Amino acid sequence: MPVIWLVLIVLALGAGGYVLGRSRALGSAGGDSRKLHSLPNYYGSNVAIKTLVPSFLVLAIWLIAQPIFVSSQISGQLPDGIVPEGSSVGLVMAEVRRTADGIGALVANGTMSADMAASAQVDPVDLTARLQEAGQVVTSAITQPILQAAQSYRAMNATGGMAMTALVLLIALGGLVYGLRETAPQFRARNVVEGSVRVLLIAAASLAILTTIGIVLSLLFNTVEFFRIYPASDFFGSLTWSPSFQGNSQLGIWPLLWGTLYISIIALTVAVPIGLFAAIYLSEYASKAVRSTAKPLLEILAGIPTIVYGLFALLTVGPMLMRVFGDEGIGWMQSGTAVMTAGLVMGIMLIPFVSSLSDDIINAVPQAMRDGSLGLGATKSETIRQVVLPAALPGIVGAILLAASRAIGETMIVVLGAGAAARLSMNPFDAMTTVTAKIVSQLTGDSDFASPEALVAFALGMTLFVITLGLNVFALYIVRKYREQYE
Amino acid sequence: MYDAPTQASKLDQTDIKITANNVQVYYGDTHAIKDVSVDIVDRAVTAFIGPSGCGKSTFLRCLNRMNDTIDICRVEGQIKIDGEDIYDRRIDPVQLRAKVGMVFQKPNPFPKSIYDNVAYGPKIHGMTRNKAELDEVVETALRGAALWDEVKDRLHTPGTGLSGGQQQRLCIARAVATKPEVLLMDEPCSALDPIATAQVEDLIESLKEQFSVVIVTHSMQQAARISQKTAFFHLGNLVEYDDTNTIFTNPSDPRTESYITGRIG
Amino acid sequence: MTDATHEGAKRHRSLLTVDAQTKKRNAAEARFKVYGMVAILAGLTFLVVLAVSIIRSGLPAFSANMVQVELTLSQEQYAEAEGQLFKTRAYADIFNAAFTAELRERGLTTEFDPESIERIIGQPGATIRSFYRANEDQLGQPVTFNLPTASRIDGYFKGRLLRENVTDSRFLTLADLDLADELKEAGIIQSQFNWTFITGKDSSVDNPGGAGLGASVIGSFAMMLVVLFLSLPIGVAASIYLEEFAPKNRITDLIEVNISNLAAVPSIVFGILGLAVFIQFAHLPQSAPLVGGLVLTLMTLPTIIISTRASLKSVPPSIRDAALGVGASKMQAVFHHVLPLAMPGILTGTIIGLAQALGETAPLLLIGMVGFVAREYPDGLVSAFMDPNSAMPAQIYTWAARSDDAFYEKAWGGIIILLVFLLAMNLLAILLRRRFERRW
Repeated sequence: MPVIWLVLIVLALGAGGYVLGRSRALGSAGGDSRKLHSLPNYYGSNVAIKTLVPSFLVLAIWLIAQPIFVSSQISGQLPDGIVPEGSSVGLVMAEVRRTADGIGALVANGTMSADMAASAQVDPVDLTARLQEAGQVVTSAITQPILQAAQSYRAMNATGGMAMTALVLLIALGGLVYGLRETAPQFRARNVVEGSVRVLLIAAASLAILTTIGIVLSLLFNTVEFFRIYPASDFFGSLTWSPSFQGNSQLGIWPLLWGTLYISIIALTVAVPIGLFAAIYLSEYASKAVRSTAKPLLEILAGIPTIVYGLFALLTVGPMLMRVFGDEGIGWMQSGTAVMTAGLVMGIMLIPFVSSLSDDIINAVPQAMRDGSLGLGATKSETIRQVVLPAALPGIVGAILLAASRAIGETMIVVLGAGAAARLSMNPFDAMTTVTAKIVSQLTGDSDFASPEALVAFALGMTLFVITLGLNVFALYIVRKYREQYE
Repeated sequence: MYDAPTQASKLDQTDIKITANNVQVYYGDTHAIKDVSVDIVDRAVTAFIGPSGCGKSTFLRCLNRMNDTIDICRVEGQIKIDGEDIYDRRIDPVQLRAKVGMVFQKPNPFPKSIYDNVAYGPKIHGMTRNKAELDEVVETALRGAALWDEVKDRLHTPGTGLSGGQQQRLCIARAVATKPEVLLMDEPCSALDPIATAQVEDLIESLKEQFSVVIVTHSMQQAARISQKTAFFHLGNLVEYDDTNTIFTNPSDPRTESYITGRIG
Repeated sequence: MTDATHEGAKRHRSLLTVDAQTKKRNAAEARFKVYGMVAILAGLTFLVVLAVSIIRSGLPAFSANMVQVELTLSQEQYAEAEGQLFKTRAYADIFNAAFTAELRERGLTTEFDPESIERIIGQPGATIRSFYRANEDQLGQPVTFNLPTASRIDGYFKGRLLRENVTDSRFLTLADLDLADELKEAGIIQSQFNWTFITGKDSSVDNPGGAGLGASVIGSFAMMLVVLFLSLPIGVAASIYLEEFAPKNRITDLIEVNISNLAAVPSIVFGILGLAVFIQFAHLPQSAPLVGGLVLTLMTLPTIIISTRASLKSVPPSIRDAALGVGASKMQAVFHHVLPLAMPGILTGTIIGLAQALGETAPLLLIGMVGFVAREYPDGLVSAFMDPNSAMPAQIYTWAARSDDAFYEKAWGGIIILLVFLLAMNLLAILLRRRFERRW
């Protein structure tokens, strides 16, 4: 039975439980809802919760656990020596899974009978042919052990699925009955229901933590896997980045870090002065009319997707720079995609980011501070430079750090605008590449997930995550401290 | 330092430092100050009293054009300091404020060191040529504000670390350091405890030797204690302006009397 | 204070004479103000340049130069063509012959090479064949075909390709351009609104003319549904807990710090998370909008939680007190009173979060939602979520990465469509805010 049907049945049981619980509560009070502790709906909800929550919980755990359990069983059964040189158990298991899926599809469209799919007499060669004809993805010819593994994989999954269906339905029914038996006028249904809702709310709030854990684990496992096949000392020590599909890749992170840093520096050199002065002008000088038009207009820049900026860098800014700095101009630039191109465009993207954060921070400086300075005969600009900005400095530094973390983590602008060459160069008109751009190219290429060329992306991701997280935590800490100072 | 002969200051009381004629102030559509005319005497303390919202602070802020910083505020009429109209188009409010210093209701030291707080005014106005001169100005101002002995060992610690009374005296020192001729004080003691208030009042007493001090206060006792002249404001009108003694002992307007005896306010 | 200061000239500084120091200071003040204005103007200039390049480069994608030709295919010709090995080739030959004949009949002055026609119209064989196979009853009757011109010719008419840059090759000759000009003058080649671009699917690298954004719009839409239905309830639930129920302790503190940090984690990291958890670990199908939606949900949740908490916070405590005062439980107070009052703000925040998710590209590339998988429309509801598809920004990226002027044009055009969607969503958010905003 497909999971969706199981879910629907349990949901129907829950709905039924709601109706039954509600009417049973009313019945037990002789139709007078005033005699009940809670409103009748709460009794219904109580039954529905008892029906749905435990059964869905079991369903979810089962769905996650079964594939892991089955895979470990099957890979334990695989005969020795089936794993070819240069491959891994994971790859063989993927093939087993593909074969099993293929057989499943054949059975589903009627090309193969269920008995035949399970029988030991199936000829692997014939099966390969049939699978290929049916348009199923089969990488290579299926061997006998793989076929057997696939068959037992199917069998175990089928048994597991049946057991799961039975168990989930049993628990749902059990919950339904239990909930109904609880229903009595003195039963504090509202408190129970509200308690469950509260648990649900807590679960939703914890998802943020789960996400972080998920990020850390997914980066960590694959990074460890990467360092097992590629020495960490080379990753952090080598100055060359040259992946190759034949192996012997040189995967040193420094050229990428340098590119990332260089582009971010250029971006911040553009964004910080413009953003800061824009914020100062808007909060201290601009009339209400100017402020209410210029501020939203600038913020449009922040709402534009980065792919747009990427295209803008590739097709507008790059060629524009080429006309000035390229071979027809000064001759510093080889191609339109360069550190300068990406940096400039990223700077434009960050202007509203810097300006609106700084605007908030400048506005948080108390008016008394300005009055004090103006009352002494300081001009507005003296007040801003010598009183407001020093007072706002921690907050502004925080904002700049957040902008820097944005710049470091930005992907689409550098993928399209910075070029693909990993090099350590000082010329801002050279093409370079960044950590993020390489994560994209290593994971969207054709290389196998188990190869160092693909796994390196996780190590790069880990580096990126650690750097940006550090910047964010530090920046948010500064900003928070700053806000508290004036609250 | 403050041993100027008392006769001299009594003589100076006849000097008129500030003249206001028919001043009107509008906040948007609200008519906040209605036709106020007043002469403020040099080297004396003039107190503005009145119930809250009566416009006394607003009027005070007109005297150094601090109201310019509020967009919707509009001032009409004439205010002259030393015979010069301060709302004249040729007047630079920056120069005006150097001449007419201000101390605010809540102590507002800058988030800088004590030294830098006091040195700020002299620095921006370019009043000193070197560090030694600046040091001297800072010391003189802090002594003038009766704060020197308390802070001389920690001049380079943040001004925000002082107690409330010390902070307010620091703000006064900051204002004094620019060598103003008039000192405006907007309820300078309202955020202070009684002991700190007494210290600041003593300070004001000595400041009047050099400056024309205008102080807004909500405390009638304070006005009686420290001022020579008192102006009573009510609902944007200047009701009565006279010697402090006269106002408190023999007011001519019934509204003044009601306020002083506690029936309105 | 020295005695000299309050005596003599210093005593009465005139205000009417502006001293040199003040002049200098005022000049500095003016300069500072100008810096501010320059900064604002620079920002606005960038915005204008960006807008102009998008519109100028993107608008041509919405028109296409089409050839309108009337063709009559007899039963015999049909049977013969179907009997051949290279069927589309046969149709193309029939078409070319008919078209050449028609041109001669119209008395075109230029002498032209029959192969020119092929280079101008590309390969019409497949279109014609599929039409007749679907409509056999049309055989023997005149049918008007609307065929796209080859991308080079299209580019020539749109100014993408300049005559002086053309050198004779097997793809295009100068004589072809002469002929095309003449066809245009005769009204046989017409510029039409390009519906294919809006409704179509991605095409192969050598057929930029047939590329369209339609399939990936469906992909984006499916993802947005997933994001909406997951992030709104989860985000609201999490915000309610944190804002209304959570005790102030280290765990809630940790959650709060966590949320603000997640909001600043680079989007590509969420792509890695999606790849590792949903595809490698949970074996969900690659390139599926469902997975894309899940990734974007995790990415937008912090944004939605932050804005939802702000709207909950803006409901004054007196409302809660009032509800609690008549004996409602805390849960009832929140769900009956606070939440409905905060709803407009929550919806506004959600729409803005969705708009942000709609424009996101990088994480989608990692889970395989690249443009070239958007070759088919999904057939049915389940397929819309489970079958490989792309999304608007990813499709734009794929076109941009093809390094072909004709595809660049599509990419710019795609951006116009994407921005129209974003604009609509933001307008909706603004309207919601205007309509329901409440000041306490």
